[in-house]
Amino acid sequence: MKFAYYPGCSLNATSIEYNLSTKALARKLEIELWEIPQWNCCGAFYAQKKSRLLAVALPARNLALAERNGLNVAVNCAACYNKLKAAREAVKTSVELQKKVSEVIEMEYIASNDVLSIIEVFEREYGLDKIASRVEKPLAGLKVVSYYGCLLVRPAELAMDDQEDPQSLDRIVAALGGIPVDWSQKVECCGAFHSTYNAATGFQIISNILAAAVEAGADCVACACPVCMLNLDMRQGNINKVKKTNFQMPVFYFTELMGLAMGISPKELGIKKHFIDPQPLLKARNLL
Amino acid sequence: MEKVRSNLISLNAAYAENRGFIEEIRRESGVNEKDCYQCGKCSAGCPVAFAMDYMPRQVIRMLQLGMKEELLRARTIWLCVNCVACYTRCPQNIDLPSLMETLRKKSLENGISTGKQIKLFGDLFLWSVKTFGRVFELGLILGFNLKSKQFFKDAMLGLPMLSRGKISILPHKISDGGAVKRIFARAQEAELGGDVP
Ligand code: SF4
Ligand code: SF4
Repeated sequence: MKFAYYPGCSLNATSIEYNLSTKALARKLEIELWEIPQWNCCGAFYAQKKSRLLAVALPARNLALAERNGLNVAVNCAACYNKLKAAREAVKTSVELQKKVSEVIEMEYIASNDVLSIIEVFEREYGLDKIASRVEKPLAGLKVVSYYGCLLVRPAELAMDDQEDPQSLDRIVAALGGIPVDWSQKVECCGAFHSTYNAATGFQIISNILAAAVEAGADCVACACPVCMLNLDMRQGNINKVKKTNFQMPVFYFTELMGLAMGISPKELGIKKHFIDPQPLLKARNLL
Repeated sequence: MEKVRSNLISLNAAYAENRGFIEEIRRESGVNEKDCYQCGKCSAGCPVAFAMDYMPRQVIRMLQLGMKEELLRARTIWLCVNCVACYTRCPQNIDLPSLMETLRKKSLENGISTGKQIKLFGDLFLWSVKTFGRVFELGLILGFNLKSKQFFKDAMLGLPMLSRGKISILPHKISDGGAVKRIFARAQEAELGGDVP
C-alpha cells in the first residue's frame, strides 16, 4: 500500500507530532508514504484572496507530482486537505481550467489521482479490522471525544465524512479498544485564528468546546487538524488564566492514539510536545 | 411631546442607488441573494455569531436591500472564519463564505480600514509562499509584528514553542527551480488579462 504524502507546512513546525506519529504509524503498519519531493504550500485561505487560479494552481503542482507517479495523495492537515481536494474537483470538472492550470504549473495535470485525508487512509484503505488486529495495548477504558472541526466535513462536495455526525474517528477509537464518547461539538469550528488576533472571541469559542468535552465525561480529545490542536491544546493554559477556568483536557492527534495502542513509544510519537501534559492520564490507564 | 426616534431607513432609496453594487457582488461571489428566504439557519449555527454586529442572515438581507455602506463597514465580514457551517446547512444553498470573501475584497478596495491587519497577514503569508515555496512561520510572525506594531503580541512563539521544537529559526526553501514563483507570476498575468476559466 503506497501513497504520495503531503505533510503541509504546519507539520514541519507547530504540529510536528502529527507528522512524527503519522510516519511512525505508517512504518509500523507497512504503509508506504512517499513524501512528494519539494512539495509547496497549498496557499491555505490566502491564495484565493489574490486569484482563483492561484488557489487551484498551488495545490495542483503537488497533485501533479503525485499523479506522474500514479499515486493517490494522503493529506494530514484539514486545511490542506480541503484546498487540495477543491483543486482536484475544480480541475476535474472543467477542461478549460485543466488546460490553464497545466500551463501555469508547467506540468500536465488531469486530476486522475485522488486526494485522501489521512483518516481515510487508515480507516478505509488500511481498514478497521486490520487496525484492531494490530493493537498491542488497547485504550481500555479511555473515553475519547472525536473532534472533526470544519474542513474535513464541509462543504459536502469535499467532505470525507458526514457533515453533522461524522463517525470515522469514533470508529478508529473503538477499534483501538477505547470508548468513543458522543458529544455536541464534534463539527463545531475552533475559531481558527481568532485566538491569536481576537482573543476574547477566540477564547470563548474554544472554551465552549472544552466545556462540552468535560460535560460529556471525556478523558481526552482526538483531533485531526493542526489549527484545532493549537487552539485546544496550546491555548488551554491562557484560557484558564483569562476565563478563570480549570481545564486539564489532554488533546491528541488521532495518529498518536493509534500509535500508543500499537505499542509505539511516546517519544517516537512526539507526545511530549503537547502543552497539556497527557502523561498522567496515560500512566493512570497503563498506556505508558 | 414625546420624541419618536426612528430606526427606519429608506429602503427604496438604498435599493435604487445600489443596484449596480448588488449585481457586482452577485457576479463575483456567485451568490444570488434573492434565493435567501431569511430562515436564519445560517446564523443559528455560526460559531462567531455572538461577536458579530450583523448576523449572517442580516448580511444577506442587507445585500437584498443594497445597503452597500453598512455591508462594507460591517465587523461581521472580518469575523467570519470560513467554517462553511452556514453554507452546509442553508436550505437554499447560499454560499455565504464566498459572499463574505467578496465583501472583504470590496471593503478593502473601497479603502475601508477595518480589515487592514488581516490583509497584511495574508499578504505576508503569500510573500513567504512565493519566496520559499512554503510558509516560514517565524518570519511571518516577526514580519507581522513589525509591520502591524501589535496584534500577534503573544504570538505563537515564545519559549514554549521553541523549546518544543515547534518553530524553526530559519526558513526552508524548496528546490523547485523557481516553479512556484512562476505560478504566482502566471496566475497574476491571467487574472489581469481576465483569462481565468
Ligand atoms: S440559511 Fe440560507 S436561506 Fe436561510 S437565512 Fe441563511 S442564507 Fe438565507
Ligand atoms: S462561514 Fe462564516 S458566516 Fe458562515 S458559519 Fe462560518 S463563520 Fe459564520
